[in-house]
This record gives sequence, structure tokens and C-alpha cells, in this order.
Amino acid sequence: MEFGFTTAAYVVAAVLFILSLGGLSGQESAKRAVWYGIVGMALAVFATLVGPGSGLWLLSLLLIAGGGMIGTYVAKKVQMTEMPQLVAAMHSLVGLAAVFVGLIAHFELGNVLAMSEEARHHLDGFAALLAHKTPVEQSILRVELFLGVFIGAVTFTGSVVAYGKLAGKVSSAATKLPGGHMLNASAAVISAIALIWYCNTGGLLPLIVMTLAALFIGYHLIMGIGGADMPVVVSMLNSYSGWAAAAIGFSLGNDLLIVVGALVGSSGAILSYIMCKAMNRSFVSVILGGFGGTAGPQMEVEGEQVAIDGDGVATALEEADSVIIIPGYGMAVAQAQQNVAELTRRLRAKGKTVRFAIHPVAGRLPGHMNVLLAEAKVPYDIVMEMDEINEDFPDTDVAIVIGSNDIVNPAAQEDPNSPIAGMPVLECWKAKQVFVSKRGQGTGYSGIENPLFFKENTRMFYGDAKASLDQLLTLIQ
Amino acid sequence: MTPDSAKQLQKLGYECAIETGAGAAAGFSDATYEAAGVEVIKTAAALWKASDIVAKVRQPDATELKRLTKTKTLISFFNPAGNEDGMEAAKAKGANVIAMEMVPRISRAQKMDALSSMANIAGYRAVIEAGNNFGRFFTGQITAAGKVPPAKVLVVGAGVAGLAAIGTSTSLGAITLAFDVRPEVAEQVESMGAEFVYLDFEEEQQDGAATGGYASVSSPEFREAQLAKFRELAPEVDIVITTALIPNREAPELWTEDMVAAMKPGSVIVDLAAEKGGNCKLTVMDEKIVTDNGVTIIGYTDFPSRMAAQASTLYATNIRHMMTDLTPEKDGQINHDMEDDVIRGATVTHQGEITFPPPPPKVQAIAAKPKEVVPELTPEEKKAQEAAAFKAATKQQVTLLAVGGGLILLAGLFAPASFMQHFIVFVLACFVGFQVIWGVAHSLHTPLMAVTNAISSIIILGALMQIGSSSALVIILAALSVFMAGINIFGGFLVTRRMLAMFQKS
Repeated sequence: MEFGFTTAAYVVAAVLFILSLGGLSGQESAKRAVWYGIVGMALAVFATLVGPGSGLWLLSLLLIAGGGMIGTYVAKKVQMTEMPQLVAAMHSLVGLAAVFVGLIAHFELGNVLAMSEEARHHLDGFAALLAHKTPVEQSILRVELFLGVFIGAVTFTGSVVAYGKLAGKVSSAATKLPGGHMLNASAAVISAIALIWYCNTGGLLPLIVMTLAALFIGYHLIMGIGGADMPVVVSMLNSYSGWAAAAIGFSLGNDLLIVVGALVGSSGAILSYIMCKAMNRSFVSVILGGFGGTAGPQMEVEGEQVAIDGDGVATALEEADSVIIIPGYGMAVAQAQQNVAELTRRLRAKGKTVRFAIHPVAGRLPGHMNVLLAEAKVPYDIVMEMDEINEDFPDTDVAIVIGSNDIVNPAAQEDPNSPIAGMPVLECWKAKQVFVSKRGQGTGYSGIENPLFFKENTRMFYGDAKASLDQLLTLIQ
Repeated sequence: MTPDSAKQLQKLGYECAIETGAGAAAGFSDATYEAAGVEVIKTAAALWKASDIVAKVRQPDATELKRLTKTKTLISFFNPAGNEDGMEAAKAKGANVIAMEMVPRISRAQKMDALSSMANIAGYRAVIEAGNNFGRFFTGQITAAGKVPPAKVLVVGAGVAGLAAIGTSTSLGAITLAFDVRPEVAEQVESMGAEFVYLDFEEEQQDGAATGGYASVSSPEFREAQLAKFRELAPEVDIVITTALIPNREAPELWTEDMVAAMKPGSVIVDLAAEKGGNCKLTVMDEKIVTDNGVTIIGYTDFPSRMAAQASTLYATNIRHMMTDLTPEKDGQINHDMEDDVIRGATVTHQGEITFPPPPPKVQAIAAKPKEVVPELTPEEKKAQEAAAFKAATKQQVTLLAVGGGLILLAGLFAPASFMQHFIVFVLACFVGFQVIWGVAHSLHTPLMAVTNAISSIIILGALMQIGSSSALVIILAALSVFMAGINIFGGFLVTRRMLAMFQKS
């Protein structure tokens, strides 16, 4: 078929993709929006298959089907708590694919340039496009594919490390090789030199050198970022995978790739921005890893943590009229969302107001808590954002903190020397009573002491979140 | 001085002496004093002569002032604001005088605050006196002989005396209402079990903490609202206890004659402000009168004397604490430290100088001031602020656009047309992306990531376009890419669908 048809299909697909992202503005429209995305993707793949340059249809279809089967299997099997890992793993695939496609483009370019003038006229598809390029366009193409490979490689190793950290296969603490950021910087310099080298010679070697350097950057960069910053990392990698696709789109001269890459790239960038803002940290400080230097000694925390048993919590809940539950990563780790939901149902059945307060960076993925609660069939209209609910704490009888720490740390507001000073937090300590379900007395991911646990109206409900809630459920019928 | 406090004073290194029969009214005989090691001296004159430090209760009279000498220290109520002559006399004699009512109201000085001790007694006794003259029970009872309604007590002024009266009255079982011009005491009132009477009055109510915990003069409008409220309450209440005093001023009139007229026969008014003219104009100082409509008005001023044992114990303890502060070395020598806020504040004459009124205490009194409230912005200020913010945003945006546009133009100068075509698409797509993504709901961020993941597998197109190549290496790489992208497409979309299906409304 003609090139015109492919372009037309691409336009339609691009519109569908935009609609599919736009549809995510509401829960109901989102359900429709996914279908736009699916149709758009199918259309794009179909148009490419019938378009110029492709071949080996059968192989392509078989591969897609094979990949699709694995994808389907994974999507069906995955636990909602494992969503961050899954997303990271999928990012790594996109990154690797971008590297490969970039390399392919390089080889094609080499092939075409090696051909004689006459042979070039018989080419079609991408090769034909290459054949008609002027020398200037060729060097631009080199820069583009170089960038695509670079970003793809960073995304790949970065996502693999992020996956490892999220899945608990790699220590989630921020670790750096000796040399720290100097190593990253020198790897980046090597890549830059390789770019000049590559533009001048067009050889494979600089490309490979750069790829190795980029793989190292991705690995080392993400290794240096602690577990608490993972929401930013994951959305950042999301953004990178988009930019990689866009860069490859440039080198292939494919507008649909550019459009989609830009959409995904900006989506990830915005998510990173929102996450950083929710932690009151600059993007740079997150990427450079670890918490920034503190201005002075942290405030001494006075008082002691008072423990309470299940009976006490149950009694307080029976008496309370309004309850706010603040879930965090601990709930995900303990797989306690079903119990939380059950508790919510029982309390609501007694006519109490139960709501959830979700901090933007609760969990390890943007929106992680929402998905977990949705899985446990907590109605989404009682799940509130921080800004919606923060003012309601003073009127609340009981606030239950389940497995969150830094996002409810009053030091962010009270102690200007705290590493998290100025970070917006859920002001749960303003509730009449606060129960904190926590495994032990340790500090959270960031290692910051939490004065909330020492407040007079706070009671510590020690134990695994799931076991604790099980105990509560036997007491509250 | 009580026998107990005498023992404490001896520990400070003092020798104690007392006038014969001074403790009789309070139930302390001379014998008990002697047993405590106190010398009992026959006459007051001899006592004055023998002692270096004289502690007494009442303001000294002219004869007593004459007995002062340079070496003597007098600790007593002195009423320095209304006792110029007394101060002059003491100054002339060169004696040091400490006025117990001038002890500043700070936490450290509470133990020697005799006014509070006396007020406490007065408040308690006021209720007892009222009960004595009131013909009914305080508590409500339902008996075989019929139902008795509880007495309704109104306490005006919730200072120390007022709070003591509230406590006594509620513990006797009466329904107690209380009023004070300082709204911040409502909490204390309610903690004592009484109901605080709020006025329907909007005014920048002054903060009692700023005036050392005492009430100050209120505005005429406020007074009107207050009187109207009292007028409304007058027919209902059985007992009224007024304790409203403003330092160094005549007591404000709070219970007018028409209110008295409106009260039920048999009702009782106890006016603790009688000494300063009374909160009720009908009050006669030091007397109990009955009005034409059968309302008893009690104007006693000697409540502490009516409870001599209690008053003596408390006052003796106050004096003892004062002495402890005056003798930090515990060597029986007075160290009149004028740097000490408490001692400085209470001293009215010192070494031939009148030192009244004292400078404000260095340590600020009682409750901390509430934090300064950020003033509400006027609409104009708000507008100005908004306009400024708008200008700043515009400036920022224009700068960004200018820089971005400039860069693009620069690129356009050098880059070939084919690149620019794609570049336009790229820039526009970024814009669309930013606009669209801002609208995404917070709770849907995870599905957003999954779906962007799926569509970023669009990179499959790049692989598909080249899989038909003649080079084996290219085919292998392309095939791998197609395979991986395939995983991503299906996995991403399906997992998104799974997640979205879970979001349910209640």
C-alpha cells in the first residue's frame, strides 16, 4: 500500500493516544480511554506492517503474538503490590528496544552508504529515506540515533536496578561506588567524546563505547537513590523511555514515534515534578541521591512511644465518629489492603465516617496506594488527596497510620533543621487520637526520627500491619 | 504567723515573737506558740520595739507607722495606691515596707500571693454566707415531700474569688452560671463545672494576660450588652455573687437597682467588691441589708476574718514564703534584693525612698500572649497581590517563550528542512502532552504509568520497519525488539485495564 495510507493511520493513532491519556482525568472516562490506546496501537502496528520497508510478516506477527502471550500472562498474574516492579521492568524493555532499534538504524545507514549510486535507487522504505539524505542530514541522523541509544541504554540499566530495588532483590539503600558522581560525570564525558568521534567517523566502535558508558550511568545513578525516592525514579525512567522513543523517531523520520515519545516523555516529566514537589525536593537533589545536607542539629525528640493493644484501638474506633486512615508503603509490604478495606466496611456499616488520606508519594509508585485500595474494593470517593483532607484532621476523632512514616512526620513543619523540612505532610497529629501501626521502633526509609510517635495523643500499635488488622477485625464486628 | 510557720521561720534563722492572744481568733493559743518556740509579748507596742521585721495583716495605722525605724521592715497589706500618707510616713522613718498586695502575679510568686489566698477564702465564704441567708437547698432534690428545684447561682467575675465561689457553689449542687469580661477564662469556668455566660457581642475583646491577669475597663457598648444580659438573667437567679474589681479603681456597677427589683424575694446578693463601692449600688459596706422586695444584699468585707483559722494559715504561709525569698542565705538576715522581680514589685518604700509604683516585672506574667494573627488582607491588597502574581507569571512565560523560540529559530537556521518538519511535530506533541497530563487525576497515576508504558512500546514500529532488511544482524536485533515491545504492549494495556476495573464508586 501507499505511503499516504500509513501516514493517515499514524495521524489517527496519534489522536487516539492523546485521547487515551486525556481520558485518565477521571475514573470513569479512564475505562474508555484504555480502549482508545489499544485501538491506536493496533492501527499503528497494522499500518506499519502493510507500509513500506517491512517484511517477514509472519515472523513479525509470531513475535508479537509470543511477546503478547508473555505480557498477558504477566499482567494477569501480577499482584497489585508488585505494580512498581512491573512498571520498572517494562521500562527496561522499552529502553533495550530503543537501543536495538538505534543500532539497527546505524547498520542500515552503513549498508546504504556502502552501496553504489545505482543500487540506492532500488531501495525502498527506511533505506530509501536514508539514501536520499544529504551529508548534513546524515550527521543529524547520527546525533539523533546516538541520543536514542544513549537514553535507551540509561533507561535499560536504570530500570533493571529500580526493578531490583523495588522487588527487594537489591538493597534499597542508596549505595555508590567510590568516586560517586565523578564516575557518572566521567561516563557522561566519555559519551560526549564518543558522540564527536562517531559523527566524524560513523564507525561502530564509538557507538558501543557510548552504549557501555550509558549502561553504567543508568546502573550507577539509580543505585545511588534510596528507596523512598523511588516514585520519582520510576516516573523519571518513564519519561526517559518516552524521550528515547522520540529520539529514535527522529532518526527514523517517523512522526508517530516522535509524537508518542513526546507524550510519554512529558507525562513522565510531569509525574516526576509532582512527586518532587510532594517531597519538597528539587529534581536534581533526588537524582544526585540521598538526602541533602542538614542546616543544623535536628530537634531532640522528647517523650516516649506509648504502645497500645488491639483492645484499646478497637474501643477507640467504636467510640469514634470520624476516622481517617493513612496508608503507606508498609501496608503494601504487609499485603494488608484487604484487611484495611474490611475494617473500613465494618466501620462504615456502623455509620462512621471513614476516609483515606493519600500523600502523593505514599508507596513506591505515583498513585500506588490508590491502586491497592481500589483492588481491595475501597470506593474511590472516600479516598482523598492530601490537599483535600489535610484541613479535616482537627475535626477527626481517630487517625490510623498504617505503614507510613515520613509523610506524617511533623518535623517537616516544626523543625527547620530536619532533612525533610518544608515537605508537605499529612497533619494527622491534629486528630484527637492517632494510632500508628508499625513493625517496630525503627525509623523510616529516610532514617529520620518521627516526633509523631512521641506525641501525647499518639499510641503505637506494634506488629505486622496485616496481623494487627486481623486482630482488630476479630474485635470489631 | 501560725505555730507551724513559726517553726519554718526559725529554720531560716529568725527568732519569732507574737502579741498575746493574736492567734486566739484563729484557734491558736499562746501556749501552742510558746511550744513552737515563739516568744509571746504582752503588748503590741513592746512587740514593735522588740522586732526587726513586723508582719501584720491590715494596713498599718498612724501610730503603728510612727513605731517604724530605719532598721525595721514591715510586711503587711498597705494599699500603696490609696495610701500616700502612709508611704510618706514610712519614707520619713526610713523603714522598708513590703506591701503584700503588690506581689506581682507571676508563677514564681504565687506562693506569696496573699491576695489570691484571701480571694480564695472570700469566694468560698461568699457562697457560705449566701447559703446562710438563702432559704432553700442548693441542690435539686426529689423527695417524698415534693420536688425541690436547685438554686441558680450567678458568679460575676471569674478571678480567684469568682472561681472559688464557682467551685463551692457547684459542689453544693447549685446550677452555677458565671460571667467574666475576659472570654479566655471561659475554659477555666467550664472546668469548674459552671456554665459560662456568653454575650452576643462582637468586639476586639482585650486579652487579660496583657494586664497581668486582671480585668480592665470595658467599653460602654460592651457594658450595655453585659447589663442587658444580666437583666435577662436577674429574674431567674437565686444567688448573685459579684467579684468584679478593677485594680486601683472604683468597682464597676454591674448589678443595677432594677435588676435587684426584678429578683425573686428571698434571693441573695453577695457583693465581694463592697470595699471599693460595690458592684451593686445598694450594697452597704460591712452590712447585710434586706431590700423592700425581700432581696438580701451582703456587703461584708471581712470574709477572711470570718474564717480566721483558714485565713491565718494561708497568710502565714504566704509571709513565710516571702521571708524565705528575703533570706536566701537562711542566716536570719534580710537580704533586700531590689533586683528580684517579686521583692522589687512588692516593696513600696526602701531605704528612705518611695519605690511605688514598681517597674513592670522582667518576667512576663501568666499566660503567654496568643500568637499575632496574620492580618486579613483587604480586597485591594488581595487584588494587588493577584495582579503582581499574574505579572510575574506572564513575565516568566514570556521569557520562556522568547528563549525557547529563539533556540528553535537558531536551530532552524542550521538544520535542514526535513529535520525541522519533525521538530515541529515534536514540539507540538510535547505541548499537547503537558496540557493533557496535568488533567490526570492523582489517584490514576499508576494506571497512567502503565498506559504510557504500553504506548511507549510504539518503538515497535521502528523495528517493524526494518525487519525486512537483508542483513541478518539487523533482522535479529529487530526481531528481539519486536518481541520485547510485544510483551510491553499487551502487558501494559492489560494491566491498566485490570487496575481501572478495580476503581469503584461507593
